[in-house]
Amino acid sequence: MECKRKKEWPESNDSNRATTFPDEVLERVLSLLKSHKDRSSVSLVCKDWYNAERWSRSHVFIGNCYSVSPEILTRRFPNIRSVTLKGKPRFSDFNLVPPNWGADIHSWLMVFEKKYPLLQELRLKRMTVTDESLEFLSLSFPNFKALSLLSCDGFSTDGLAAIATNCKNLTELDIQENGIEDRSGNWLSCFPESFTSLEVLNFANLQSDVNFDALERLVSRCKSFKTLKVNKSITLEQLQRLLVHAPQLVELGTGTFSEELTAQQYSELETAFNNCKNIHTLSGLWEATAQFLPVLYPACTNLTFLNLSYSTLDGDDLAKLLVHCPNLRRLWVLDTVEDKGLEAVGSYCPLLEELRVFPADPFDEGIVHGVTEAGFIAVSSGCPRLHYVLYFCRQMTNAAVATVVQNCPDFTHFRLCIMNPHQPDYQTDEPMDEAFGAVVKTCTKLQRLAVSGLLTDLTFEYTGKYAKNLETLSVAFAGSSDWGMQCVLEGCPKLRKLEIRDSPFGNAALLSGLEKYESMRSLWMSDCNVTMNGARYLAKEMPRLNVEVIKEEGIDNSKADKVYVYRSVAGPRRDAPPFVLTL
Amino acid sequence: MENKVAFESDLNLKDTELRLGLPGREEQKSVVSSKNNNKRPLSEASEDCGTKGSNESAPPAKAKIVGWPPIRSYRKNSLQEGDASGIYVKVSMDGAPYLRKIDLKVYDGYPELLKALENMFKLTIGQYNEREGYKGSEFAPTYEDKDGDLMLVGDVPWDMFRTSCKRLRIMKGSEARGLGCGV
Repeated sequence: MECKRKKEWPESNDSNRATTFPDEVLERVLSLLKSHKDRSSVSLVCKDWYNAERWSRSHVFIGNCYSVSPEILTRRFPNIRSVTLKGKPRFSDFNLVPPNWGADIHSWLMVFEKKYPLLQELRLKRMTVTDESLEFLSLSFPNFKALSLLSCDGFSTDGLAAIATNCKNLTELDIQENGIEDRSGNWLSCFPESFTSLEVLNFANLQSDVNFDALERLVSRCKSFKTLKVNKSITLEQLQRLLVHAPQLVELGTGTFSEELTAQQYSELETAFNNCKNIHTLSGLWEATAQFLPVLYPACTNLTFLNLSYSTLDGDDLAKLLVHCPNLRRLWVLDTVEDKGLEAVGSYCPLLEELRVFPADPFDEGIVHGVTEAGFIAVSSGCPRLHYVLYFCRQMTNAAVATVVQNCPDFTHFRLCIMNPHQPDYQTDEPMDEAFGAVVKTCTKLQRLAVSGLLTDLTFEYTGKYAKNLETLSVAFAGSSDWGMQCVLEGCPKLRKLEIRDSPFGNAALLSGLEKYESMRSLWMSDCNVTMNGARYLAKEMPRLNVEVIKEEGIDNSKADKVYVYRSVAGPRRDAPPFVLTL
Repeated sequence: MENKVAFESDLNLKDTELRLGLPGREEQKSVVSSKNNNKRPLSEASEDCGTKGSNESAPPAKAKIVGWPPIRSYRKNSLQEGDASGIYVKVSMDGAPYLRKIDLKVYDGYPELLKALENMFKLTIGQYNEREGYKGSEFAPTYEDKDGDLMLVGDVPWDMFRTSCKRLRIMKGSEARGLGCGV
């Protein structure tokens, strides 16, 4: 624990001293603790501290909504103001979980209405949220301030209209990357004219046009606007008007960044960006072309996060832009920038900590462009502080990855996606085992790893042997036998999330983790070699785990196609749909 | 440890495992099962005309694997928008005096597209069949892909089709029948 004060407090087993220490003081001090890990530790010290902690906690984070029930939650923590909930397994983002699987927020909201009437914030990831739930939310919590929905589904813009209409104290509405039914942009016009509290608005991933006048009035009357991320329907000319109203913006997501502008309009746009001295995050930039990027230059000096993942820029355009972004810490790009663009990254962004390269054409097999191992090396050479990478490519070598981690030994998140499954080192034709071996041996702080390419059990032997801080591992089309998965389960002490697809791990592998799963958040295995009997055995031996199999119609009945195992204090799901079998 | 060992020797549970089929029949266990399981079409929308019967012995083509590469749908959708809003392609019909244009972006899958084409040209194309194309119809919907090849509409997953289709051509008569059957 970090807090110095704790060390000066009396030993908790000295009961005299504990009773002279008023609960209110203890609670007040504990209320300053923000970290969940610290709070967990505090709650384990003794009963007094457990109680003080639970009364003083105002924010709760639940990584798996089925690990606990709303009743248990509200019983333990009576004063929660802010809830973060994550629902479906991560592979649901890639269509591996059938629709209507669950993780519906509604049952939580019903309990919160009674137990947390003062609820202010709700942040949901991969949950199902209906319009009815959104309306219920907007009407049930008068102090509600912040709603963030990431990768959720089940609602439409009608639900957003209810939020805009009814939440009088809203400061944040962040609608990211959701499977939303976009009926119209009218929801934005539902904010009343008297409403002035909004600080964060993100509707970048919605498609429909919004009423620009309503948006402009909203931005001009909400004086505390910090984050504004609009969607593609907003033009450059409209953007300029918004910027004039909100030069104090700290995070900006533009609309479409290309248009026929007069010289006058172009100049006004430049001026508007020039006046935005506080922007440190820039995104949107759909269809950004070389012609318009220069208007951004004045605002780029303090830029720390640049998201160009919707712009099909080439390497030259990127280079010209990056010259103006010396303080960049995080950069997201499309692979249209190619290795040349990544060389520019290495040259101009020495402070870079995070790089994500997304594929512009992920499904086209004829393409030979994109980024390669050369670009990866170039970035690592110029950016020694790089610690987070997500890299989609079509070719890679063991030697290149070894060089990259030698240049950047501090990786905490290493996610490499060689897009063709089972693809070997294209120069030596060998498996990519040594690449990931180098990663786990060199990067001792590694917390998250995603592997790809042709991989044998050796990769997992290395992982189990060296990746002592690993918390999340994603595996696809990899490994040779049960032994690989066993190595990981037996070797990685901090493993919390393991997700595996299309790999030859079967019952022996699954069961080698019997004692491990209770210390993990969850395990996902799909299209591996696990059978129903193996899954049943696991369920029988470990009653405190929920062992669920997603069974699709008409497929071989003895195979367990999709297995999801997670610890829970709430017991088996009571809301499971028919295709989810709880064993 | 003991439990594990006990279970492994019990792996002859094959005999007592629940499964479909008559008792005594050997169940084929594939060594690398991953390659055979990815028959499902890429997106929910392309289910009808999708790739249900992929060739089991061939390595899985990227585009035929569900959820691979691992990119979220919202990102896939925004990449497909193309440079202008909408993916407009020309549609020609054999014998018609002028061409039409449609926006592939507005359709969720092959059924909607085919229906739109049927309405536009007042004809019947019918159902897609992987082996036989549009057998029974006088017309075959084809398209020119990025490589300039003439392809039958319906063979590839919907998402892949949308990004690779350059123009559509509705073929008629004997030429159409030749393309549709047994090719």
